[in-house]
Amino acid sequence: MTTTLPAYDEVVARYEPVIGLETHVELGTNTKMFCGCPTDFGGEPNTRVCPVCLGLPGSLPVANKAAIEATIRIGLALNCSIAEWCRFARKNYFYPDMPKNFQISQYDEPLCVDGYLDVEVNGEMVRIGIERVHLEEDTGKTLHVGGATGRIHGATESLVDYNRAGIPLVEIVTKPIPGIGALAPEVARAYVTELRDVLRSLGVSDVRMEEGSLRCDVNTSLNLPGEEWGTRTETKNVNSLRSVERAVRSEMLRQAAVLDAGGRITQETRHFHEDTGDTTPGRSKETATDYRYFPEPDLVPLAPDPVWVAELKAVLPELPRLHRRRLQEAWGLSDLDMQSVLNAGAVELIEQTIAAGTSPAAARKWWLGELSRRANETGVELADIGATPTQVAELQSLVDAGKLNDKLARTVLEGVVAGEGSPTEIMTNRGLEVVSDTGALTAAVDEAIAANPEIADKIRSGKVAAAGALVGAVMKTTRGQADAKTVRELILARLGA
Amino acid sequence: MTDLTRMTATQIAGLVAAGETSAVEVTQAHLDRIAAVDDRVNAFLHVDTEGALAAAQQVDARRAAGEALGPLAGVPIAVKDVLTTKGVPTTVGSKILEGWRPPYDSTIVQRLRAAGTVMLGKTNMDEFAMGSSTEYSAYGPTRNPWDTDRIPGGSGGGSAAALAAYEAPLAIGSDTGGSIRQPGAVTGTVGAKPTYGGTSRYGLVAFSSSLDTPGPCARTVLDAALLHEAIGGHDPRDSTSIPAPVPDVVAAAKLGATGDLTGVRLGVVTEFAGEGAEPGVLAAFNEAVDTLTKLGAEIVEVSCPHFKYALPAYYLIAPSECSSNLARFDGVRFGLRVGDDGNRSLEEVMSLTREAGFGAEVKRRIMIGTYALSSGYYDAYYGQAQKVRTLITRDFTAAFERVDALISPTTPFVAFPLGARTSDPYQMYLADLFTIPTNLYGGPGISVPCGLSDGLPVGLQVMAPTMADDRMYRVAAALESAVGTFTPPAL
Repeated sequence: MTTTLPAYDEVVARYEPVIGLETHVELGTNTKMFCGCPTDFGGEPNTRVCPVCLGLPGSLPVANKAAIEATIRIGLALNCSIAEWCRFARKNYFYPDMPKNFQISQYDEPLCVDGYLDVEVNGEMVRIGIERVHLEEDTGKTLHVGGATGRIHGATESLVDYNRAGIPLVEIVTKPIPGIGALAPEVARAYVTELRDVLRSLGVSDVRMEEGSLRCDVNTSLNLPGEEWGTRTETKNVNSLRSVERAVRSEMLRQAAVLDAGGRITQETRHFHEDTGDTTPGRSKETATDYRYFPEPDLVPLAPDPVWVAELKAVLPELPRLHRRRLQEAWGLSDLDMQSVLNAGAVELIEQTIAAGTSPAAARKWWLGELSRRANETGVELADIGATPTQVAELQSLVDAGKLNDKLARTVLEGVVAGEGSPTEIMTNRGLEVVSDTGALTAAVDEAIAANPEIADKIRSGKVAAAGALVGAVMKTTRGQADAKTVRELILARLGA
Repeated sequence: MTDLTRMTATQIAGLVAAGETSAVEVTQAHLDRIAAVDDRVNAFLHVDTEGALAAAQQVDARRAAGEALGPLAGVPIAVKDVLTTKGVPTTVGSKILEGWRPPYDSTIVQRLRAAGTVMLGKTNMDEFAMGSSTEYSAYGPTRNPWDTDRIPGGSGGGSAAALAAYEAPLAIGSDTGGSIRQPGAVTGTVGAKPTYGGTSRYGLVAFSSSLDTPGPCARTVLDAALLHEAIGGHDPRDSTSIPAPVPDVVAAAKLGATGDLTGVRLGVVTEFAGEGAEPGVLAAFNEAVDTLTKLGAEIVEVSCPHFKYALPAYYLIAPSECSSNLARFDGVRFGLRVGDDGNRSLEEVMSLTREAGFGAEVKRRIMIGTYALSSGYYDAYYGQAQKVRTLITRDFTAAFERVDALISPTTPFVAFPLGARTSDPYQMYLADLFTIPTNLYGGPGISVPCGLSDGLPVGLQVMAPTMADDRMYRVAAALESAVGTFTPPAL
């Protein structure tokens, strides 16, 4: 189907979007949700398994207290009420990556309910309602071999790795978010960013979207002003912050095109494609599986001691939003400057660079300048650019020590991003150090004066501005490794100007 | 020396401890007996000759080394094929697990090994413990040693028949709706269902998680109590396991054996003492009630008005849980796989595997349970059944404010002929009419032989409050002291 998509401005002028987000977070506990197997990412397939997470006959789950604690802390950080009594439930459906063909999850009795998270979008505060936060177990991973699409359809073989099966997974569901109009894609991104920061500050997960420890489904619908909310679609496979924004936007445009043409939206799951930035239909919700939820009889109900919950609440870390406000003041940034730091996803990177000894201004310059530019060009998150805060701090210390000038430092940084080693190693290996030996420099200066007698005369006669040409010549012979200011001073001194 | 297979577990352990016989000798005697009679009984699905003799040798070596051994050391035991045994086939009576050798031991089996008992093998059962006659085993029915044309009860018919046929002095069963007690009753043996959570379910292949309870089977009440003590107690690998010590069932059995029940108030469940049970069963039961009175017990009638809803509630809850528990049998990770010819889809292979691997009764219950849990029907079926469960629990709680324990016939009828009830599921379900309320409540129940009807054994059931398992042992042991044990005719 080739439909010409309407312009975004026209879409938001005609329709009101309502969005909702379901986020899955793999907890960073040492062991799985219901057994003692380790949870580390990677590992040879099916090596981190036992009778319990393989769902062997006779095996039984025992809930992981650390995972329950982490979930309660997430709930508290999101201003939720913590259930005094709740239960796990079985979600029944057949799929080979589910060892038991049911998932232990929570249904109508989640651990945390009814909270909110405030996010800033373009300097405006938007309160995102949190419907629920619940705890469940992750599934294994299926690899379909032999098909054209890598999907189950058409595959000749299906391989399953159960290492991930049983890793504690927290699902955070927002309430529907209406009334945000054209900002919907940015609100979605801001929410996931803020949520990620909250989760990271709690230390409950490594929240890496590309490794799947933070996964997001985006619900989108459109309605005409004053009318009821439209039929929603659920977009899966949204695996980066940038994709969250693109997925909402793309789905708004697609739905508008359907509605404009007099069509109706099908309630369905859609898959987001990173490469094209659009969505394609998955399974239709109208023929969705009946999960036959019922309370998990192998586990006892969960009744967190209110005293314990209060203790957890008392020691929650500072919320990222408040933390950022404090940083902004310490760094002396304007709201606008801070906003660009936020937009670039650079808060923690700059914070860590400063902690490693760099001045706020220099740290900000590197992350928002050279590194952000490269991140945008290559389409990766700033945090994954390949340079660490420690490396950036090291680079700046070389500049501060006069060993690198700005231009050389950028060359060294390229080497860092390319994985060539530490800034000092790259500087040494590539011979990029500023020429600070004044003997060698004086020789180069004398050479330049001898080669350009007319310019030298001009300078001697007081036309100091002409020195630039000689500086250029010296820089050329030293392959840019001289400090231009020093060169200029030397020239003027030699010519008595 | 007298025949070792005719002895109680207590007697065997005593002889082994005194060095008058060895565990190996005892084990060999039972293996010989199995070899001699099991083609007629079919109590065993798997006899682990080598494993049993090796375990027996170990016990003898430990004794020789001067180690202090437990009260059941050297005693052979038969284990229902519902419990996982490391490296030893575990089929749950189903084709779908044919040939599966679990990589781990159930907690019960671990504790049996620790206690120095010697596992002879795995016993026959209705497929996935769903049935009351062992006729639903995928490996052929077990026969009742009292009359091999009759059923030995179920689902644990194999364990009960092994006891009655003197193939083993002890056995393990599992009781979801009566699968320990009802086979005990119809084979003239003792079967106890502990308090739910009093024995670990880890490694018990689940039928209905909220009801399944492993427990002891024996030919005497004291032997059952000793076995109960050995396998019971908290297991951190089972979240539903109760973190409390095992009630002192051995002391209670010894106290009961004195034959004095003075001061004990027993309630006859009105609803189970009239119509619903066949006359011969009622006659034997009423005679036993008279005996209990003579032993000093005070007998009162107690009405439990909601017990009549127990059977329908059970046949919603158990199938619902089983429909989910049995989903894992799909041919992907273990057991049978059918139709994987490289052309069929995964879904087709799963479907063909389940079609071929499960028997008709298992499929019936999976379908009932799937329906009962379906969106739109949940409240009317599963939800309603859970409410009935609460009402039944209240009946028990109210009753135990008046009496120490409740009594009833264990089952409405004696062992019926093979094939008599297989064509009508409801007639089969009625076998558990009197045992099911206890499972829904979660309390303990024991069946002890109380007499004969037309030459076939009748069992009396004692039901006690949760975690008061000792009470039922006392009453059962007292009755046993008065009526004695029952020996079937020679096979």
